[in-house]
Amino acid sequence: MPILKWLRRNLVVIAGLATLAYLILPNAVVMVFSFNKPNGRFNYSWTRFSTDAWQDPCGVADMCGSLSLSLQIALWATIGATVLGTMIAFALVRYRFRARGAINSLIFLPMAMPEVVMAASLLTLFLNMGARLGFWTILIAHIMFCLSFVVTAVKARVMSMDPRLEEAARDLYAGPVQTFWRVTLPIASPGIAAGALLAFALSFDDFIITNFNAGSTVTFPMFVWGSAQRGTPVQINVIGTAMFIIAVVVVAAGQVIATRRKNSAKA
Amino acid sequence: MTALAEAPAELPVRKSSTRKRLVPYWLLLPGILWLIVFFALPMVYQASTSVQTGSLEKGFQVTWHFQTYWDAFKEYYPQFVRSLLYAGTATLLCLLLGYPLAYLIAFKAGRWRNLVLVLVIAPFFTSFLIRTLAWKTILADGGPVVHALGALHVLDVTSWLGWTEGNRVLATPMAVVCGLTYNFLPFMVLPLYTSLERIDSRLHEAAGDLYATPATTFRKVTFPLSMPGVVSGTLLTFIPASGDYVNAELLGSTDQKMVGNVIQSQFLRVLDYPTAAALSFILMAIVLVMVTVYIRRAGTEDLV
Repeated sequence: MPILKWLRRNLVVIAGLATLAYLILPNAVVMVFSFNKPNGRFNYSWTRFSTDAWQDPCGVADMCGSLSLSLQIALWATIGATVLGTMIAFALVRYRFRARGAINSLIFLPMAMPEVVMAASLLTLFLNMGARLGFWTILIAHIMFCLSFVVTAVKARVMSMDPRLEEAARDLYAGPVQTFWRVTLPIASPGIAAGALLAFALSFDDFIITNFNAGSTVTFPMFVWGSAQRGTPVQINVIGTAMFIIAVVVVAAGQVIATRRKNSAKA
Repeated sequence: MTALAEAPAELPVRKSSTRKRLVPYWLLLPGILWLIVFFALPMVYQASTSVQTGSLEKGFQVTWHFQTYWDAFKEYYPQFVRSLLYAGTATLLCLLLGYPLAYLIAFKAGRWRNLVLVLVIAPFFTSFLIRTLAWKTILADGGPVVHALGALHVLDVTSWLGWTEGNRVLATPMAVVCGLTYNFLPFMVLPLYTSLERIDSRLHEAAGDLYATPATTFRKVTFPLSMPGVVSGTLLTFIPASGDYVNAELLGSTDQKMVGNVIQSQFLRVLDYPTAAALSFILMAIVLVMVTVYIRRAGTEDLV
């Protein structure tokens, strides 16, 4: 049986592609249903083709407001977590000092904790402090949980950097500031960019921690959550599809640039 | 997570002034302060909340009422058991599904490698809630998936096992586990891929030269060398899955509530803060103990 033989030889490839299909399937469904014209409030079953939602993506009350709020929070959280995280990463890789072990555990723990535990504990802090839940409490929480991931991403890159490059810069009479801006930062930038991208994605998509600490403020994931009970407008699928396409383009562009750079470095 | 492994980056020791010696502390200060104030301190507050008694109207006082822990555990242990069971099953499924995909990207994809990687990462950027809601459409009663599973008599077996109910998948354990597996699969694939990619392909050739069959090569060479990826992948899947309440809420029914659902409703709806805090601490303790034991067993202590 040649077919069976072929199947056996390509078992890994077939299984891998099946998993990939499992990963992509919901995105495909989201895309297809962004062209649906639902009968009632819920957009769960196919009725007929229509581009209404694409022509009027902000036609649902409060949705685009929540989207822009999420984008703002993600932007500030990314900046905050990337700056703080990069500083920590450099300190951890480049310097020996006491309390390194304790600091490493403090950075590891937020990643080893179910989100709901962090969310609940932060809420008890805010309740005890009498803080007003809203934009600021969300931002504080997002910087907190993104921080560890940025540290991890930047650390990996800084660890693989050759310290001799910086020594060479110093030998060529570059000051510490000049060395940092002209040598250290450019080499570390792919790690910093990866950390920032991760922080943005995590913050933008976070639901569990936001749900606990947002009060009556509605971010985009919270809007989606609420709409799951009230009835999901087709526009949610439009936003989901647009985000997917933007992500594919951004990530693909990043890959192309990285490959180009690698090739030109070889040449 | 694999990057957490500490590689000694040896730097030449320089004589330095006091000012220079303080540099790492200045670098660490803002970020570490942030983590202490908004991560560690909240844990202390939660600990104190968990031993308080009182009500929302009269206010809460610390009375060292540890009974709350026992009462909370006694009342909600089915949800704890279910959480660990669902999260464990989802982790195992993620490993079984994710390994071939990671292997495919690392060794077989060739010039398609970047495209496949993009397809694994890109779904991250579409809100996971939207994608989870899409499973409602995919698994809908009478939909093509349920129809196919019914025609293949898969549903007869799963119903007998108690995973599904009659002719439906939605609002059953299978739907929740399917959602959990789906949501955390990329967290398994990426670390697996990273550790597989590091394996020197000459080791595979060497194994072949020594007359190892592909299966033996995998068992004796590839899999052991990918252990760091397996460990961090399973942790990255199991930990968030054990505290998740989104999948149980959107894809399950009241019979599939996990401990995350209980914590969420106690905190945000019932407003019984002591019980909610105690539940969340019990979950944290269970997860930390399991993770520690697992890391010891798996023998990659340098991970932390």
